[in-house]
Amino acid sequence: MIPLEGSHYYPRIGDTVIALVEDVELYGWTTDIKAPYSAYLPASSLLGRPANVGEDLRRYIDVGDYVIAKVESFDRTSDPVLSVKGKGLGRVSSGTVIDILPVKVPRVVGKGKSMLETLSTETGCDILVAQNGRVLANCPSKEKENVLIMAIRTIERESHTKGLTDRIKKLIKESLGDNSVTSSEAQTNT
Amino acid sequence: MITVLQVQKPKLILDDGRRLDGRRPDELRPMKMEIGVLKNADGSSLVEVGNTKIIAAVYGPREMHPRHLALPNRATLRVRYHMTPFSTDERKSPVPSRREIELSKVIREALESSILVEQFPRSSIDVFMEVIQADAGTRLASLMAASLAVVDAGIPVKDVIAAVAVGKADGVVVLDLNEPEDMWGEADMPVAMLPSLGQITLIQLNGNMTQQEFKQGLELAYKGISTIYNLEKEVLRNKFAEIHEEGS
Repeated sequence: MIPLEGSHYYPRIGDTVIALVEDVELYGWTTDIKAPYSAYLPASSLLGRPANVGEDLRRYIDVGDYVIAKVESFDRTSDPVLSVKGKGLGRVSSGTVIDILPVKVPRVVGKGKSMLETLSTETGCDILVAQNGRVLANCPSKEKENVLIMAIRTIERESHTKGLTDRIKKLIKESLGDNSVTSSEAQTNT
Repeated sequence: MITVLQVQKPKLILDDGRRLDGRRPDELRPMKMEIGVLKNADGSSLVEVGNTKIIAAVYGPREMHPRHLALPNRATLRVRYHMTPFSTDERKSPVPSRREIELSKVIREALESSILVEQFPRSSIDVFMEVIQADAGTRLASLMAASLAVVDAGIPVKDVIAAVAVGKADGVVVLDLNEPEDMWGEADMPVAMLPSLGQITLIQLNGNMTQQEFKQGLELAYKGISTIYNLEKEVLRNKFAEIHEEGS
């Protein structure tokens, strides 16, 4: 039996993940990537040089920060090692991180990224879906962000049903329509 | 003078061939199963078999703590079978008894053979079972609850475990023992299987049975298990069907 659901992510080399920093060590950071194993991000990957002895790594990345990274190495015998070398990788400086079930990632992205395109064009948000079930969204307004979160939750809940992309499109349009009404009302009140 | 009320062994098979609770010898008790009953756990289930009621919760696969106990080639399975103090007629001490520790081990070994533990080296899967109400057959109800909770947690398994006890009461081979039959009967044989693989993961025998009776009992157990297995599959499928109806 192969499960339809699962709350954990199983690392694969080359995957883009959003890691939550849990601990600062002497030469790197220990992070949570929602896997059964904790992932290590060596400081040399971020600095481009070996970390100096006694250097305070908190200056670069601290506990509680999110980091966009790639899985550099992982196998059955050793914990995953992350890398932030590459375009678009590094510490997350703005936006909201939304947690979803890792198995629902393909559904949020959609066939040929159709769902992802729908989400970003309809809400105007800048969206990154990481393989380990975290979504980073940079939205133009709080309302649009809320609509996006609602849409993602709907996708998670109804991920196995047909014609989801079209329904999500309708859903976003409807709720954004309502929201724009309320926001214009708010403006007239002030 | 104090009169001691000695409880006498009741007649287990009535004159019309039916049992104390009105069942025929090859009839199961009414059963109810539900998954996803707990929010905090990765997977959970509630199983009711007659008056027996079990809640199971599964966490993981997650990082093993303490680290040095982790196995390099597969996931460690940690199982706790526990009876709540209010699950029996007389208050049961909440301290795990000898019996509960043994059952935890028995259930762990039966469950481990169904889970693909080799897929998650160095991690741990924690399974907790609480007996809310005990009325014979708690080990098998717990095992089924655990198996369903493992599936609910999205952990790959070979098959869902289905289990039922057979026994002998007043010389008659009966399916799915109830409390009086468990207490006064001549034999009790719990059987757990991976039905679609045709493999047995747990079999125990308490009491005496002839070879003939053993074979007859096992046949009876197979029949009961296939009914239970269909119920389990339906429960797992329904979780998704509900949303499907709502969506379409």
